[in-house]
Amino acid sequence: MTDLFSKFDGLIEQRRALLDTGVTDPFNLVMERVLSPTQAICNGRETILLGTYNYMGMTFDPDVIDAGKKALDEFGSGTTGSRVLNGTYAGHKLCEDALKEFYGMDHAMVFSTGYQANLGIISTIAGKGDYIVLDIDSHASIWDGCKMGDAEVVPFKHNDIVAMEKRLKRIPEGAGKLVVLEGVYSMLGDIAPLKEMIKVAKDNGAMVLVDEAHSMGFIGPNGRGVAEEQGCLEDVDFVIGTFSKSVGTVGGFCVSNHPKFEIMRLVCRPYVFTASLPPSVVHTAATSIRKLMHAGNKRAHLWENSRTLHKGLKDKGFQLGTDEPQSAIISVIMPDLERGAMMWEALLREGLYVNLARPPATPANMTLLRCSLCAEHSAEQVQTIIGMFERAGKAVGII
Amino acid sequence: MDRAATAEKIAEVIEPFNKKGIAITDATTFAGDLEWDSLTVMDFVAAIEDEFDIIISMNQQAEIETYGQLIDAVTKLQG
Repeated sequence: MTDLFSKFDGLIEQRRALLDTGVTDPFNLVMERVLSPTQAICNGRETILLGTYNYMGMTFDPDVIDAGKKALDEFGSGTTGSRVLNGTYAGHKLCEDALKEFYGMDHAMVFSTGYQANLGIISTIAGKGDYIVLDIDSHASIWDGCKMGDAEVVPFKHNDIVAMEKRLKRIPEGAGKLVVLEGVYSMLGDIAPLKEMIKVAKDNGAMVLVDEAHSMGFIGPNGRGVAEEQGCLEDVDFVIGTFSKSVGTVGGFCVSNHPKFEIMRLVCRPYVFTASLPPSVVHTAATSIRKLMHAGNKRAHLWENSRTLHKGLKDKGFQLGTDEPQSAIISVIMPDLERGAMMWEALLREGLYVNLARPPATPANMTLLRCSLCAEHSAEQVQTIIGMFERAGKAVGII
Repeated sequence: MDRAATAEKIAEVIEPFNKKGIAITDATTFAGDLEWDSLTVMDFVAAIEDEFDIIISMNQQAEIETYGQLIDAVTKLQG
């Protein structure tokens, strides 16, 4: 008998070698208690959270929590059904109405996760014989959606407008074309030149899908994302987003002005063949989305935090993913996986949690310590964080 | 362009990517013999696409394991 697990032997060995050096397993951390959007107890000690994508700090918002508790009492713990059967409750419609208003779009469709939103929409609209042209650094959910749909998949170099245009022009006459882009790329925290790229896509007859998971709530005058910031949201055919970042719960969505969009509810398998989100989740999401429409001050503070941390780390001598802060993600580039894991652990000992990202999730096989800021981080906390990085960086020998 | 002429062009394009100077035949594999990682594959595919003004989609790339298969595919894709 061939052991079907033998294909994982390389990874098992790499993991064993890493853990044998004595470092704490970076992929097995438990949050024992969560005190606020920015603090938790890990390994018995109070820890500042700097790797949660909880950009707007909505997870402990009193109105959001109240909405969830009320929904639990009034609608129960779960829907036990698909959106197209018994799983659409008042809360799901509230959520979709809030999204339509938030983005100023005609249609909104809520999925059970952001992963399923990309998987479902991409695989359903781009099928056999169609072409998907996408950035090589796209999220796993985008790649999986491409694979599931059987379209011809044509990647181009990250953020390279010329490479994208060349590929679009080579697609056979008459074939359906979908360009897939992200507003913020979450590994390095850099943004896409959406305005130029979307123009090229449209000039070449392609429909455009933009994943704004890491920009919702704080990029753009109304927090609609990078496309809004660059003044090209009306040219985006499909915006994909998530509730698990700025909104502060779990779930995914697609908003669109396409006149036939509602048919998606019947043909999109990751929407149909799974249970809908629990009532408490959709009520917390709807409340949070409405509050994010009026969060100008929080947005401003988040940007201050991002700029302060970027400058602080750069001044201490760390190598960062972007020259200037472009989002609420500041990515610190590590020399290799071993020292990355050592640095991650040294920071945890200091009382700071960040994300350790490593190949194959990262571009160019980099090991990264990804920091995501929150609007609820105080200016003092950001200074504390910079101090922790400096001490840990010196202890590990990175700076 | 016929297979021989295509092969000649591909030989020129692959030259800077063959950093280990491995002797390439039609049976040479990209992942096994040349030990290319995914980034090198992407850059090489882009170079071939630009040279011949064609698209080699990921779906087609999955079918191409050897140098000989690449020459066949590019010859065919030029129509």
